[in-house]
Amino acid sequence: MTDIIRTDVLIVGAGPVGLFAVFELGLFDMKCHLIDILDRPGGQCAELYPEKPIYDIPGWPSISAQGLVDRLLEQIAPFKPDFTFNRMVSSLEKLEDGSFRVITDENEVFEAKVVVIAAGGGSFQPKRPPIPGIEPYEGKSVFYSVRRMEEFRGHDLVIVGGGDSALDWTLNLQPVAKSVTLVHRRPEFRAAPDSVNKMYAMQEMKELDFQVGQVTGLTGTDGHLSAATIKGPDGDTEVPCTRLLPFFGLTMKLGPIAEWGLNLHENLIPVDTEKFQTSVPGIFAVGDINWYPGKLKLILSGFHEVALMAQAAKRIVSPGERIVFQYTTSSTSLQKKLGVAG
Amino acid sequence: MTKLTFIAHDGTHFDVDAENGSTVMENAIRNAVPGIEAECGGACACATCHVYVDEAWTAEVGEPEAMEEDMLDFAYDVQPNSRLSCQIKVRDALDGLVVRVPARQG
Ligand SMILES: Cc1cc2nc3c(=O)[nH]c(=O)nc-3n(C[C@H](O)[C@H](O)[C@H](O)COP(=O)(O)OP(=O)(O)OC[C@H]3O[C@@H](n4cnc5c(N)ncnc54)[C@H](O)[C@@H]3O)c2cc1C
Ligand code: FES
Repeated sequence: MTDIIRTDVLIVGAGPVGLFAVFELGLFDMKCHLIDILDRPGGQCAELYPEKPIYDIPGWPSISAQGLVDRLLEQIAPFKPDFTFNRMVSSLEKLEDGSFRVITDENEVFEAKVVVIAAGGGSFQPKRPPIPGIEPYEGKSVFYSVRRMEEFRGHDLVIVGGGDSALDWTLNLQPVAKSVTLVHRRPEFRAAPDSVNKMYAMQEMKELDFQVGQVTGLTGTDGHLSAATIKGPDGDTEVPCTRLLPFFGLTMKLGPIAEWGLNLHENLIPVDTEKFQTSVPGIFAVGDINWYPGKLKLILSGFHEVALMAQAAKRIVSPGERIVFQYTTSSTSLQKKLGVAG
Repeated sequence: MTKLTFIAHDGTHFDVDAENGSTVMENAIRNAVPGIEAECGGACACATCHVYVDEAWTAEVGEPEAMEEDMLDFAYDVQPNSRLSCQIKVRDALDGLVVRVPARQG
């Protein structure tokens, strides 16, 4: 059995609200560990609109979404949160002593006194590409990620997309695959120019094939692929292949949260508006994932929610301890925690 | 007011009055044109507001910018006249604009 990682508060999701929760919980001396399926913090802000300005963060007339994430990381740094990225929280159960056990899709085990679900719109997962009839092939010949390169050895591979994932896997799988065809709608790529140049160089050497077009159909039996139809500028072509790797970006899916025994309301988790606690005491839900009358899916609402949640979490983590309301401006004990005491 | 026509995938016409400065997507949503989802609310971050601009209008509407092209990679059956409707701003010169809604959004 793997080692159990213990923490005061386990936070599911490292979006802006999960990040700010670290701050409010930290002021009450609670140690946090965040888990996110993305490879970096920031949730929607980092994944969907990093460069767009946000105009309704109090005190910031305009700040880019990534800029906000960077500031939040700076703000919570004194509390030294731990992060586990590239992992989906797959199960959550209450133990006999009232604490919680959380397990990831890679079977890491965490135990915490309090769990905060800051899961936003759900886990970021690969988007199913708009190819009709793709479902029966999924998991058999169509894959949305590469866990082990060996699984592609000796296969005729079609990779679809124009971003970094598509280009990186084109370059990395070329040596193991029997053949690689990269398909992208246009000759311009979103991927890093360096990878694009490498890809074109390999095409020159006939080590792979790049085709401009869109995959519009698949041929095969029982989920075993034999060819992909590519609609290009000069009409349709059939490319024989046994594996297809489409990279069409990420979308948010509720995922395993639905199986954690919590009450749900249209894929959201109902909470009270005093503690932002779920139907299970000790499990809180904050940010876009929660629901209460009047809920607005705004970052600033999430920030408010975590401040109140932290008070209730403290009562569970340190029962019996008196909670004193203090301002960061004037409390020397809070300033010590922030590392700014004079 | 600028007049816009949406042609839904089943052929139904939606003639709407649009305010200059609003986006074509916003007018589709306001008038409940089926097939325009606009999940991201117009941030050019979802590609679920994809439309085909009527051939007579492509020149006036113009070409997508780089960010929109990137997003169009995620749309279904992209054609040379494909645009993301949240990136088209309504103006006087677009009076009479016709756009078609694709069979599906992603
Ligand atoms: C284009 C766009 C523009 C926006 N503009 C504004 C704006 O101007 N002002 C504003 O206030 N809001 C805006 N929003 C909304 C704002 O981004 C959200 O309210 C905010 O991101 C919610 O933060 P969150 O931390 O609750 O969730 P998210 O940012 O959604 O983060 C949740 C994280 O949890 C992870 N996760 C979920 N389930 C699991 C699991 N089981 N295991 C592991 N990880 C998991 C996800 O991968 C994700 O990274 C905008 C949103 C979009 C898409
Ligand atoms: S509404 Fe999302 S890209 Fe237009």
